[in-house]
Amino acid sequence: MADIGWVGLGLSSALVAVAVGVSILRGLRLEASILWASLRALVQLLAVGAVLTVVIDPGRPVALAWGWVAVMVAFAAVTVRQRAPDVPGVLPLALLACSAAALVTLGVLFGLGVFPMEGATVVPLAGLTLGNTMTATVVAVRRIVAELADKRAEVEARLALGQASSEAARPYVRAALRTALLPQIETTRTVGLIALPGAMTGLILAGVDPLDAVRVQVAVMYVVLGSVATTVTVVALGLTRRLFTPDHRLVRIRREAT
Amino acid sequence: MATSAGVVKEGEGASWAVVAGALLAFDGVVVEGDGGARILDGVTVDIPDRGVTVLTGPSGSGKSTLLRLCNRLEVPTAGTVSYRGVDVAELDPLAHRRRVGMVFQRPTLFPGTVGDNLAVARPGADDACYGAALERAGLDRSFQDRSGDELSGGEAQRVCLARTLVTDPEVLVLDEPTSSLDPASTRVLERLVRAEAERGVPVLWVSHDLEQVRRLADHRVVLIGGRVADDVAAAAYLGGRLDGDGWSHG
Repeated sequence: MADIGWVGLGLSSALVAVAVGVSILRGLRLEASILWASLRALVQLLAVGAVLTVVIDPGRPVALAWGWVAVMVAFAAVTVRQRAPDVPGVLPLALLACSAAALVTLGVLFGLGVFPMEGATVVPLAGLTLGNTMTATVVAVRRIVAELADKRAEVEARLALGQASSEAARPYVRAALRTALLPQIETTRTVGLIALPGAMTGLILAGVDPLDAVRVQVAVMYVVLGSVATTVTVVALGLTRRLFTPDHRLVRIRREAT
Repeated sequence: MATSAGVVKEGEGASWAVVAGALLAFDGVVVEGDGGARILDGVTVDIPDRGVTVLTGPSGSGKSTLLRLCNRLEVPTAGTVSYRGVDVAELDPLAHRRRVGMVFQRPTLFPGTVGDNLAVARPGADDACYGAALERAGLDRSFQDRSGDELSGGEAQRVCLARTLVTDPEVLVLDEPTSSLDPASTRVLERLVRAEAERGVPVLWVSHDLEQVRRLADHRVVLIGGRVADDVAAAAYLGGRLDGDGWSHG
């Protein structure tokens, strides 16, 4: 198994010095940002590593890992709110979307016995699911809000013809969801040809046979696709309800400057 | 102040409307915008149940908002809007919107053909139904297969009128429907809507074009600064140009 050790980590930080050097030479004034980001990544990951050492310890109950998953769900939801602050009621919606995604994908993986349920599988798979769910949620809510704001005249024309809000919103929500899902499908389609995906890279570096790594990676990608699809469905249903009143009027939407 | 057509309603600037069984009755209607500014500031007026009523006034006076209240795309912050004696808030909004057909300022066609557009308004109806609506809007039945993209502004707005007529509305409300049209298309649309009024579909038409008010209006309501203008203010706004033309108390 590849173990770079603390010395290896120290040596790799020489590359940070290269980045800082480039910044100074080219007058980019990014030295402080680079140093801060590098340090922050180190501290954050060390902290997470310390927690994970406890959480995924095979000697401890797997419930501990699920507790950590709940914390991750909360963090993901808060991050979504930070990235899409103008969307009404985005926090509960993101919580719901992330929980649904975690439940569906982890339920399938462990329910069908694809992976053995233990701390060492629960936490990283939940992380993968939630990372992608978070991104997809942000894209989906932003696109839905933008689409309904841009096409307000059309939506109101549909409402004026007596269409219910869910029906009037459908073509625009559909367009938004396609935008949110297509990148994920594209990634799934072209994976391996250009970039080696993260899970596989990690496994190969850790000394796992490439074919074994591929199996894990493919399962992970299906998980991600499933979680993203779950997320955008939850987001679409929830957000549509928030953007219309119960008497089928489109609320005034304040657009963030993008 | 009584006329042969009915009783001129007295009170807060409402003297323009002749009540012969009000179609739409606004009672102390206030609408506030996002910042709490009043777009409509206590509007009390009745819209008669026949002919063409033109709602006019300067830009920003609240005309479009008043119109949107009619089919509940907007709701009042205070006061009530009644349709044929029933508070609009108590009506099923979807059914009500099909009774009160609306045509917007800019022609807003949905993607697809004219036929697709008509089908949104009334899914599954037969060609005869769509054809009849197109004819009421002065368009040939063959328009059904035309793409919305290839229509002129005037044609597009007439398709919007046809799309509204497909729902068989009891009333037509139109928000400056000719503001983006050339004079010839404007006259065509005016003639078509006049024909609807003569078929017994009362019309509420928003316009800031005083010539159009004169050509079209059986009844007039002047809004200024979110309120219904009284006789003096309305006459001043209309510039007295309509005097002797039957404009006072239509």
